[in-house]
Amino acid sequence: MPDYIFPNDGFVIVAKRDCPTCVLVEPVMQSLDREGHLTVFSQDDPSFPAGVGHVVDDRGLERSFRLNIEAVPTLIRFKDGREVERTVGWERAEWTRLAGAAAAGDGLPAWQPGCGSRSVEPGVHEALVARYGDPGLKSREISVAEWDDPIEACFERGWSDGLPVVPPTDERILRMLAGTERKPDEVVGLIPPNLAPCTVEKVAINAVMAGCKPEYMPVVLGVLEAALDPLFVLHGLLCTTHFSGPLVIINGPAARAIGMNSGVNALGQGNRANATIGRALQLIVRNVGGGLPGAIDRATLGNPGKYTFCFAEDESDPDWEPLSVRRGIVAGKSAVTLFHGEGVNGFIDQKSRTPEELVRSLAMGLFGVGHPKLCLAGNAVLVLAPEHYKIFKDSGWNRRRIEDALYQALKRPGRELIQGAGDVAEGLPAAMVDKMVDKFQPDGLLLVRAGGEAGLFSAIIGGWPGQSVRDECQAVTHEIR
Amino acid sequence: MNVAIKLRDPTAETSPMRRARLAPLQSLSNQTVALMDIGKSRGAEFIDRLESHFKAAGVATKRYRKPTNTKVAPVDLLQKIAHEAQAAVIALSD
Repeated sequence: MPDYIFPNDGFVIVAKRDCPTCVLVEPVMQSLDREGHLTVFSQDDPSFPAGVGHVVDDRGLERSFRLNIEAVPTLIRFKDGREVERTVGWERAEWTRLAGAAAAGDGLPAWQPGCGSRSVEPGVHEALVARYGDPGLKSREISVAEWDDPIEACFERGWSDGLPVVPPTDERILRMLAGTERKPDEVVGLIPPNLAPCTVEKVAINAVMAGCKPEYMPVVLGVLEAALDPLFVLHGLLCTTHFSGPLVIINGPAARAIGMNSGVNALGQGNRANATIGRALQLIVRNVGGGLPGAIDRATLGNPGKYTFCFAEDESDPDWEPLSVRRGIVAGKSAVTLFHGEGVNGFIDQKSRTPEELVRSLAMGLFGVGHPKLCLAGNAVLVLAPEHYKIFKDSGWNRRRIEDALYQALKRPGRELIQGAGDVAEGLPAAMVDKMVDKFQPDGLLLVRAGGEAGLFSAIIGGWPGQSVRDECQAVTHEIR
Repeated sequence: MNVAIKLRDPTAETSPMRRARLAPLQSLSNQTVALMDIGKSRGAEFIDRLESHFKAAGVATKRYRKPTNTKVAPVDLLQKIAHEAQAAVIALSD
């Protein structure tokens, strides 16, 4: 800290014109100035206060930051170059105790609280730490030249998924880290394919780049922890030639708190939390794990969801058992479910009016996952939109009954599915000819409610053939801490 | 370099801080070399000499010319060179 920015002996008052209390005590500042040894640090207007000889322009807030000012006016007494006392706001007794009769403020009320310091306004403190303090970040610095565009610099360094990223500056990273109580140097896990340790700080950097708000950090961390569950097989999902990528479904109060979309266009664009949380996971895998398309990511075609694929479940109906609860999380807790999802297959049925009709119809659509003649080769998520769900609800069907009915409807005789049946080469081994075959694993169809009020639609999101080895690879659900 | 902004590395920091350049060609065999005249006077004479040396060595070349030496090459010219050649010589005769 340079010595010259504070007086050796005397008084400092930190003030701003925008503060009524500071304006109130302007005559007191003038009175103290006449006594000598007064310096005023003015946070917003160097012409304020009038009639004071030594007013220092502190619009850059360096002095306010270094003095750790939380409210103005703050009166500080210095002696031998060190602060010895301070008082905050206007209180005649305190000011006269510190500065004597010149600070009595005759005619003023005895007491009036101060205002917040500009240096602690939202977002400002982190910027000041980045500018004047020690941000405490461990990640190496990358300098961008004066005439270069930092967004282009991020592209050139290979940090982007193809869309512009928010440049990860210290102040943005510090704001992001303020969204979690976890320490920046805590290792969240090893990110495939390179099994690189990923700290909370690296998560924050990539969350900044993805466009997340700090309040999303607990969800982003929860998503990452779930993705690193060995049962999710993130490495395999990354390497596959198949279409799939991580599909993120959020349940519980966290989803509502950060304004996630579970309604109109829930699987589409337009909601910041939906868009950026899914993207943050993909950027972490890319940047920390080194999972690059065309390198370890060998997808033949991929799918647009590999930019981001994240939404919240509609939990507005108390009769509906949320996905997270179905999968073992205590009701009322926030949770993330990760599924190996390919693209969205829209399912239209505008004629079914009974649950039985709709189940048979949905089963026809679900048989198409992967290939109509393949079974137990990948699971699925079925997103029930409100109008389809209403058909079940009006007949008193709950989640479990829908699941059971679909499970039964998704059995087919092997003779229709074996290789060559129906003159289609693809299919099950000939040994299955006399068996009834399930399309999915017993718990392999995940029902979720989401979508806008209008539309007799549902969405089928096919899974990954890797899920066929049930003990090794499944969707995972984790509580968000 | 006048630093305008500092970013933090989002990666695992397993690669050097400086960006890696494209690896140089191991051989000019079966490659095409772009010869770009930046547009200063008598540049063509120099390029002619280079072209004859490449020809003698059995290396295919293609000629390009910037519209003016005072501005950077137009994007369509750079894209054309990147599409048609694997190496480039950007030359002037000063």
